Amino acid sequence: MKKRIGVLGLQGDFALHRRSLLRSGCEAPIIRYPEELDSCDALVLPGGESTTFVKLLHKSGLFEAIRTFSRSRPLMGTCAGLITLARQVSDGSVEGLDLIDIEVQRNGYGRQVDSFIARVEIPVLSGRSGFEGVFIRAPRILSLGPGVSDLGRCNDDVVMAANERVLVMTFHPEVTSDIRIHRYFADTYVS
Amino acid sequence: MFKMRNDYKLKVGLAEMLKGGVIMDVTTAEQAKIAEDAGAVAVMALERIPADIRADGGVARMSNPRMIKDIMKVVSIPVMAKCRIGHFAEAQVLQSLGVDFIDESEVLTPADERYHVDKWDFKVPFVCGCRELGEALRRISEGAAMIRTKGEAGSGNIVEAVRHMRQVQTEMKQIKMLGQEELVTKAKEMGVSLDLLEYVNKKGKLPVPNFAAGGIATPADASLMMQLGAESVFVGSGIFKSDDPEARAKAIVTATTHYDNPDIVARASEDLKNAMPGLEISRIPDTERMQERGW
Repeated sequence: MKKRIGVLGLQGDFALHRRSLLRSGCEAPIIRYPEELDSCDALVLPGGESTTFVKLLHKSGLFEAIRTFSRSRPLMGTCAGLITLARQVSDGSVEGLDLIDIEVQRNGYGRQVDSFIARVEIPVLSGRSGFEGVFIRAPRILSLGPGVSDLGRCNDDVVMAANERVLVMTFHPEVTSDIRIHRYFADTYVS
Repeated sequence: MFKMRNDYKLKVGLAEMLKGGVIMDVTTAEQAKIAEDAGAVAVMALERIPADIRADGGVARMSNPRMIKDIMKVVSIPVMAKCRIGHFAEAQVLQSLGVDFIDESEVLTPADERYHVDKWDFKVPFVCGCRELGEALRRISEGAAMIRTKGEAGSGNIVEAVRHMRQVQTEMKQIKMLGQEELVTKAKEMGVSLDLLEYVNKKGKLPVPNFAAGGIATPADASLMMQLGAESVFVGSGIFKSDDPEARAKAIVTATTHYDNPDIVARASEDLKNAMPGLEISRIPDTERMQERGW
């Protein structure tokens, strides 16, 4: 049976995640209501604006629903999705789901004119470890708590991290055509 | 076919992150904060909203850099600002301020009647307005990373935005049906590059996000534009010219997220006070129609 990985579709580049998941051989329903989570094996939080995400999560009832969902099922988040999943945002501007023990700084590399593309090293990926990292107004991971492992680095920064059930990265694999990270999530985290 | 260079990928990437959201015009730091708190995905910093530019007349220019910087200081979401059509020096100033997106906008008085800004020359992404597919593709050829309908800014009347969105969508459907030999002639007739027309022919969409702007005043307006194929909405005068900016801003955000759920759009609308007063398009003299600016 195909794995069914929902993509949070309140705002952001959820359609691109859906494309990558479909190409990885998964089902990828767009999730905008709490009851739609029931049939999912996992959930992806896309890129977008984290302040907008958190407001819409509360308004739709998905904030508590996702916290409950996370007790038994895995989550993945990119960029704003990572910020929303993090334990702490350094300037306190976002109070997210607190599902992975990392501290992050929003726009940690600067504004849009400072956005960049650079090679990320991800040893856990099969085959070659290099991955095209697209960093758009990207957050920076300042520290990892206990139980969180460093999965990918760009220069000296940790840009991909995970605990038992939550996989996060500060860049956007979904805007590239490389689906190895989505496949890794589906194979390793989703049962 | 049209291929994306790496720096262009970063520009279009930011536009992708803004999808499904609302971008609000703000004229002060205080309004910017209200917009962010309401769930806006970005703000457009400008000295006067389009309805006031229309009422005041005269030449409308780029906003004062200090005012833009004040807004950049108080919000964490992307900040956009407008330059005049063809005014690449204003665009250079905006880039030096570090704004996240530049709108080369017909709402300001055009500076060049023949050439738009060469947007490839900038690191910051641009959004441009269009009324039809040819105009959209010409702007993309010049480097625009996001397209929006022109609508009729500051009118509070959705009819022009609907016309422009429908026009682009209809033309894209027609292009999808054409064979290769027809595309060559069509590209010549439309005055657009064959590369881009081939992209539309194969994919049935633009290579950059397509947003709606110009006349959106209510949650139902936002829902309408999203259902017609817009991927996000710009609300200019509609929020801070209404009687209840905070509530209206929140309601339009909700209606944009749940654009296909009329029950939610209804609930979001029910406690709102008066929307901005609207203008009948036929009462706007031809010379004052902002959408006629640009080509």
